[in-house]
Amino acid sequence: MNTKTEEKFFRVLMFLSTIFIVGVLLLIVVSVLYKGLPSLSFTMLTTIPKGGFYFGEEGGILNAIIGSIYLSLGATFLAFIIGWPIALYMNVYLVKHHTLVNAIRFVFDVLWGVPSIVYGAFGFILMVFLGVRASLLAGIITVSLFIVPIMVRAIDESLKSVPRGLLESALSLGSTRSEISYRIFSREAFQGIITAILLSFGRAIGDAASVLFTTGYTDRIPTSLMEPSATLPLSIFFQLSSPIEAVQDRAYASATVLISMVLIISLLSRFIGNRRN
Amino acid sequence: MNNKISIHNLCLSIDRQPILKNVSLNIPTNKITVILGPSGCGKTTLLKSLNRLTDLIPGVQQSGEIMLDGVNILNGNQDLVDIRQKMGLLAQRPYPLPMNIYKNITYGLRISGRRNRQFLDKRVEHYLKMVNLWDEVKDRLKDPASALSIGQQQRLCLARGLAVDPEIILADEPTSSLDPISSKLIEEKFLELKSQYTIVLVTHILRQARRMADYVVFMYLGEVIEQGTPDELFNNPQHPVTKSYLSGQFY
Repeated sequence: MNTKTEEKFFRVLMFLSTIFIVGVLLLIVVSVLYKGLPSLSFTMLTTIPKGGFYFGEEGGILNAIIGSIYLSLGATFLAFIIGWPIALYMNVYLVKHHTLVNAIRFVFDVLWGVPSIVYGAFGFILMVFLGVRASLLAGIITVSLFIVPIMVRAIDESLKSVPRGLLESALSLGSTRSEISYRIFSREAFQGIITAILLSFGRAIGDAASVLFTTGYTDRIPTSLMEPSATLPLSIFFQLSSPIEAVQDRAYASATVLISMVLIISLLSRFIGNRRN
Repeated sequence: MNNKISIHNLCLSIDRQPILKNVSLNIPTNKITVILGPSGCGKTTLLKSLNRLTDLIPGVQQSGEIMLDGVNILNGNQDLVDIRQKMGLLAQRPYPLPMNIYKNITYGLRISGRRNRQFLDKRVEHYLKMVNLWDEVKDRLKDPASALSIGQQQRLCLARGLAVDPEIILADEPTSSLDPISSKLIEEKFLELKSQYTIVLVTHILRQARRMADYVVFMYLGEVIEQGTPDELFNNPQHPVTKSYLSGQFY
C-alpha cells in the first residue's frame, strides 16, 4: 500500500467510526423520544404516583424527579467537600512528591472504573453494619463515594494545568499553601471545578445500581434524610418491567425527562468550560 | 563591600544528579549581581535556592550554607514565608494572579493582614507609578490582570513583588519574553531600584550583563567558574572557559 491509499483508508475508517457512534447516540435519543414524548404530560411531571399508577392508572413521577434531584445535590455536595481538598492537597501540598501523587491518581482512576453496583453493595453492607435502613441519607453517602473519584480527577486535571510559575510567584509573595490553594489555585481553575461539579452531578443523577439497595423506593416525596426516596433511574426500571404497554411508554417518558436533565447539565458544563477566555 | 547574602559550598542535586557543585559567592548589598552563563548551567536553580523554591523539586538534596544577613536559610527551622517575603521574584515570563490589577498589587499586603482601604489605594498608586504603569492602567484597575500586554504584566509582577516590601529582588531572565521597549523599561527600573534593593539578575544575554552588572558571576555546568567586578571579568577574564564564552564561542 502506498502512503496515499493508506492515508485514504484511515481517513475513511475514522470517518465511519465517528458516524457510527454519533448515529448510535442519535438512535438512542430518537427512539426514547419517539416512544416517550406522546406519553409525556404536564400531570406526569407535577404529580406523585396515585394508587394503581404502575398498572396504568393516574399519577406522575414527581416523587422520582424530586428524589433524584435531592439525592444528586446531596451526593455532589458531599463529594465536592471531600474531593476538592484532596485535589488541592495533591497539586499544592504534594508538589515535591511525584510518585505519591501518581499513586493517588492511580487509585482514583481504579475507583472510577469500579462498577456502581459494587458501591451499592458496599453501601448496603455499611448500612446493615450501622443499622440504617434504606434512606435518602444512605443513598447520598453511597452515591457520593461513587462520584468522589470523578470529582477528584476532574478537579485534579484542571489544577494540574495551573502553571508551576504561578505557584512559585505566589510563594515568593509570602503566601502559605492554604492561601495559594483557596485564593489562587481554586480561582485559576474555577471553570474546571465547575465542570467537575456538573460532571459528577450528571453521573449521580443517572445511576440506578448504586441506589437500588441504599435509597429504596417510595411513591412519596421524602421529607427527611432518614426516609427512603424514589429516583428516576429506578422509576424507569420499575415501569419498564411492567407488562402493561401504557406503563412501558411512561418509562420512556421518564427516560426523556432524565435525558433532558443530563443534557441540560452537560450543556451547562460545556458552556461554562468554554467561557474560559 | 557589604554582603547581603553569602553562599558557602552550596551543592544541590536532583535524583543524585549534581546540578550545583560547591558554589561559593557573595552577593553585595544594594548592587546588581549578575549571574551569567549558558542555558542549563544551573543559574536559575541557584537563584531559586535563594528563596528556597528549590524545595518544590522532587528528589532534591542540598548541602552547604546560604547566609542571609548572617542567618543560614537552609537551616531546617527557618520560617519560609518570612524568608520569601524578603525576596521579590521576577520570573522568565509574567504570572499575574487570577484577579484584577488592583488585587494583584494588594495581594501580598492583604495576606499579611493589611486591609485598610485608603492605605491599599495609596500603595497601589505608589508601586504602579514606581514601575511606570500607573498612567496606562489607572482607569482600569478593576480589569483582570491577564488583559494586560506581556510587557505590562511583567511590570505589574515587579510592582506586586515590590509591594510586599522585600529587601532583595530575584530576577530570572526577566526580559526574555519581552519586546525591546518593555525590556528597556525593566532594565532602567532595575538601575533605579538598586539604591534601595539588592538585586540578583540571572541572564544569558551578555550585553544585558554588561549594561547592568556591578558584580558578575560566571557559571558553567553547575560551577562558578569566575566572579568579580564587570571590569575584571569582561575585560580581563582569567579562566579559558570564561574567555571562550565571552568571545561568543558558545552560548
